[in-house]
Amino acid sequence: MRTTRILEWLGRLYIWLLLAFLYLPIIIMALMSFNVSPFYQLPFEWTTEWYASLWQNDQLISATWNSVEIAVITTIICVLLGSAASLALYRYEFRGRKFLQALLFPPIAIPWLITGTAMLIFFFGVGIGRGLFAILLGHVALALPYVIVVVSARLQTFAPELEEAARSLGANQWQVTDRVTLPWIMPGVIAGGLFAFAVSFDQFVVSYFLSTPGQTTLPVEIYAAIRKGFTPEINAVSTIIIVVSMALMLLTARFFKFGGAK
Amino acid sequence: MAGQVAIGSRSGLRSALPLLLPAYLWLTVAIFLPLSAMVFFSFMTELPLSGKAWSFTLDNYTAFLSQGLYPTLLLASLRLGLEVTLWCVVVGYPAAYVLAKVLKGRSREAIFLLVILPFWSNGLVRIFSWAMVLREGGILDTALNAVLPIKINIDLMYSYPAVIIGLVHSYVPYMVLTCYLTLQAIDGSLIEAGRSLGASRLQVLKRIVIPLSMPGLVAGAALIFVPVVGSFMEPRILGGRTGTFYGTVIEDQFVAVFNWPLGAALSFILLAVVLVILAVASPILRRAA
Repeated sequence: MRTTRILEWLGRLYIWLLLAFLYLPIIIMALMSFNVSPFYQLPFEWTTEWYASLWQNDQLISATWNSVEIAVITTIICVLLGSAASLALYRYEFRGRKFLQALLFPPIAIPWLITGTAMLIFFFGVGIGRGLFAILLGHVALALPYVIVVVSARLQTFAPELEEAARSLGANQWQVTDRVTLPWIMPGVIAGGLFAFAVSFDQFVVSYFLSTPGQTTLPVEIYAAIRKGFTPEINAVSTIIIVVSMALMLLTARFFKFGGAK
Repeated sequence: MAGQVAIGSRSGLRSALPLLLPAYLWLTVAIFLPLSAMVFFSFMTELPLSGKAWSFTLDNYTAFLSQGLYPTLLLASLRLGLEVTLWCVVVGYPAAYVLAKVLKGRSREAIFLLVILPFWSNGLVRIFSWAMVLREGGILDTALNAVLPIKINIDLMYSYPAVIIGLVHSYVPYMVLTCYLTLQAIDGSLIEAGRSLGASRLQVLKRIVIPLSMPGLVAGAALIFVPVVGSFMEPRILGGRTGTFYGTVIEDQFVAVFNWPLGAALSFILLAVVLVILAVASPILRRAA
């Protein structure tokens, strides 16, 4: 089958072209963050000047800390609330269970532009206003459904007989959860946590509508800088962000096979 | 599932409630109440907060209809969504096919991860990286002029194609993912049977592969179309003055013009359009599940 082999070869070639399309702009951006010319002129001359000047930029540094803090707190809250809800949805049979599961999809499916502007209106109306606390409220709500979905997927692979066995050996409800169920779902919980961190750390749209000049996150700060004009400093900080978020996802993939575990 | 039946006899909802309440309370406060508030606000003349008198009105909706600008922009955004979705099918489907049916073992796993990975990195930053490639004197311009004998100026920055390229780059991994999942589930022996019964490659593709992978195509299309119609950051950065779409107008109402009630009405109209589209797609999606 010669044609088959040629077609397969073309297919492989195509995949590499797609990967080039996906990664070239990112790679170019990373390279340019090490280039001397602030106007991205070639030939390329190596420098770490732009990374050094990042340390002088107080605005970017404080926005970065805000982003990290919010992402960490979001992760902790989402893991706790999400795991509890997943366990309840898995363990108990009750009216409205299907409905509660279906409620998880609007936050994922509705464009962030709509969710973000709706939060702005509501938080303003009830007196929460804008700022870091409002951003945190929003981030947890956006990340929570993902955590529940990921942990529930892991729970699907759990053998309920294990809980029954522990119970019949005299373990109480808390011991069953602590010694049997939690260790089993741990990979799902860790993956869900990493997911939540990524959703929060990369979130731009919702943060954008909820931030105020002093209380803002890194992506919002970057957007403002881009609209003012390009600077190699943005390249440097963007490169750092993209490396961090890709590393996070690789870590997540290690803990959790997409589409369910074995 | 057996566990649920076994434990289900114990007071279901009462035991479940303490575990469920915190999560769903949070979702209510930060998602469901805000969405309801948005509907409420969209029928108001003024923000009740500013101390000004306000009353109920349909003006914000009649403004949408009477000013030709808004429906035109909504149509432009729907067209943008359609075009980006089509390009994602054209670019993503063949890649999903190769991943599912040609590549095997570890190389498949590694390449799959590589395709999905950028999707989970910062979208804003990826859009920004295209700005560097597309602008005049940018990388594409320099590279092409270094290779070509004649001098040409490539300045795609701040144009419609730039917006399309950026959005396709952002969303094509979705299409690869959903199509890959359905293509992988197609039994290889079906394809072999078709071939051995004398069908050409094209016939097998048209009669077997594409129909069986339709749920993946529809799921990918819905996942791409909906956020693209509501996009505003990508057209702003890559489209410049040509990048005025429905999403950017909504953004303006909230951050520049401060006409929140109108912004709420525009947002709600977008939400309604999105829900209709999801409702149309859902029977096909449910058949897949």
